[in-house]
Amino acid sequence: MSHITFSDVEVTYKGGLKALKGVTLEIPRGQFVVIVGLSGAGKSTLIRSVNNLVVPSRGDVAIEGRSVTRATGKDLRRLRSGVGMIFQTFNLVKRSSVLRNVLAGRLGAVHPLRGVLGVFPKSDVALAHDCLRRVGIPEKAFVRADALSGGQQQRVGIARALAQEPSVMLADEPVASLDPPTSHAVLRDLKRIAREDAITTIVNLHFIDMAREYADRIIGMRDGLVVYDGSAEDATDEVFEAIYGRPIDEERDLRGRT
Amino acid sequence: MAVPDPVTDSAAPLRPTYAVRLLNWSTWAVIAALFVVSVRQTGFSLDGISRGAVDFVRFFGRLAPDWTALPQIWAPLIETLQIAYLATIFGTLLGLPVIFLASRNTTVNGPVMWVARSILTVLRSIPDLLYAAILAPILAPGPLPGVIALTIFTMAVLAKLASETVESVDPGPLEAIQAVGAGRNRMIVYGVLPQISATLTSYVLYIFEINVRASVVIGLVGAGGIGNLLNRYLSFFDYGGLGALIIVVFFVVLAIDQLSVWARSRLI
Repeated sequence: MSHITFSDVEVTYKGGLKALKGVTLEIPRGQFVVIVGLSGAGKSTLIRSVNNLVVPSRGDVAIEGRSVTRATGKDLRRLRSGVGMIFQTFNLVKRSSVLRNVLAGRLGAVHPLRGVLGVFPKSDVALAHDCLRRVGIPEKAFVRADALSGGQQQRVGIARALAQEPSVMLADEPVASLDPPTSHAVLRDLKRIAREDAITTIVNLHFIDMAREYADRIIGMRDGLVVYDGSAEDATDEVFEAIYGRPIDEERDLRGRT
Repeated sequence: MAVPDPVTDSAAPLRPTYAVRLLNWSTWAVIAALFVVSVRQTGFSLDGISRGAVDFVRFFGRLAPDWTALPQIWAPLIETLQIAYLATIFGTLLGLPVIFLASRNTTVNGPVMWVARSILTVLRSIPDLLYAAILAPILAPGPLPGVIALTIFTMAVLAKLASETVESVDPGPLEAIQAVGAGRNRMIVYGVLPQISATLTSYVLYIFEINVRASVVIGLVGAGGIGNLLNRYLSFFDYGGLGALIIVVFFVVLAIDQLSVWARSRLI
């Protein structure tokens, strides 16, 4: 059985913009999927429909057969707590400590009152430290988040998502604000962790060579539709030119170089 | 996508239309007309000042402070500060939940936000002096009506100022915390509060400054504190005591203002 199922998903934003025009996909457990496409192709919308941050106007998204799209209130929050998410702009609370940011990942799991009061069980604090260790910055726990470099901040973002002990990880342009060497390091971490914990991962990426290097499967999107779905090996330059709708040349380099 | 180039894409800068220019002129005309009407109807005239000048000087002469009044002044002065302090604390506690109900990005739903904002607008539109004047006879004169009047003021003003701050926070962390599966309250505590706490503290200090000044005045209508004494000195023509009181109040308020300004400058 597939882990995440998109059934004919359509998203129409207020104002009539149709971001997704009927997407059907099955993603098996543990797969590392990279979505490529131009800005505005619907990549972010697709990713956000998995945890219902964007609500499809038609169709359905399900995780392990349970509909996320139709879930509300407590059920939706429980489903979300099993789905980690990292963002292009990291979305950390900059004035809070790194540890507090990572502990925010436990908010969906602990009793609401504990969350509001900020009294986390000892096991959760230990888990948060462990997550920081896994992304390689255990010594930064008590530093304020805005004192870190971009790459370190994104690692805190990953640690926060990991603290959820998720079965699904969503990454919306996770390296678009980082330099190429840092980008590769962050993607390597993400892939390694996905392997170790068998986390089904969906990543939006701009860069072709990074998509080829890390993806088990590449999905190409254009204008709200899936226009390519296949292995990284089969995604030739011609395939990418079709997805982007223009030739890949030196001047308009779409690759990220180290 | 091509960005329009202002130099090549438009031949000449657009002149304001006649309608716009007419509107500009009529705005000035209305301001001038209101000024003239106000002067006429209030009978405003600088003659009053020159005619009053003699009384003015004589009055100031009598204001020479009588420092024997000092022991009388301390207790009500401290009561005034306590009224301001209590009102600031109560108003902040009551205002905090309203801030989030009145902010677009943290409210429960549209109707709740509308109700919260409407209540704040109504509360804010009534001056604190009026609250005190209404409450003092009902609750018996004393510090209580003063505390309640300034509590309402604090709550309404804080919620208005702070909800604008809440609406301008970085939405990224809120989305992240929502994605974790947390509800509204946890999102506010983890995503919003850390972003606004410095500004919020600064607002509370500023409102405390205002409350100190206001609590002097509302005493005049029977809401406790130094205003009561002020009232008594005025009605018994005790100008020596009045002079001492004015000087003491001036320096105490100045000191609190400076302290608060200093504290606020350390915040951001």
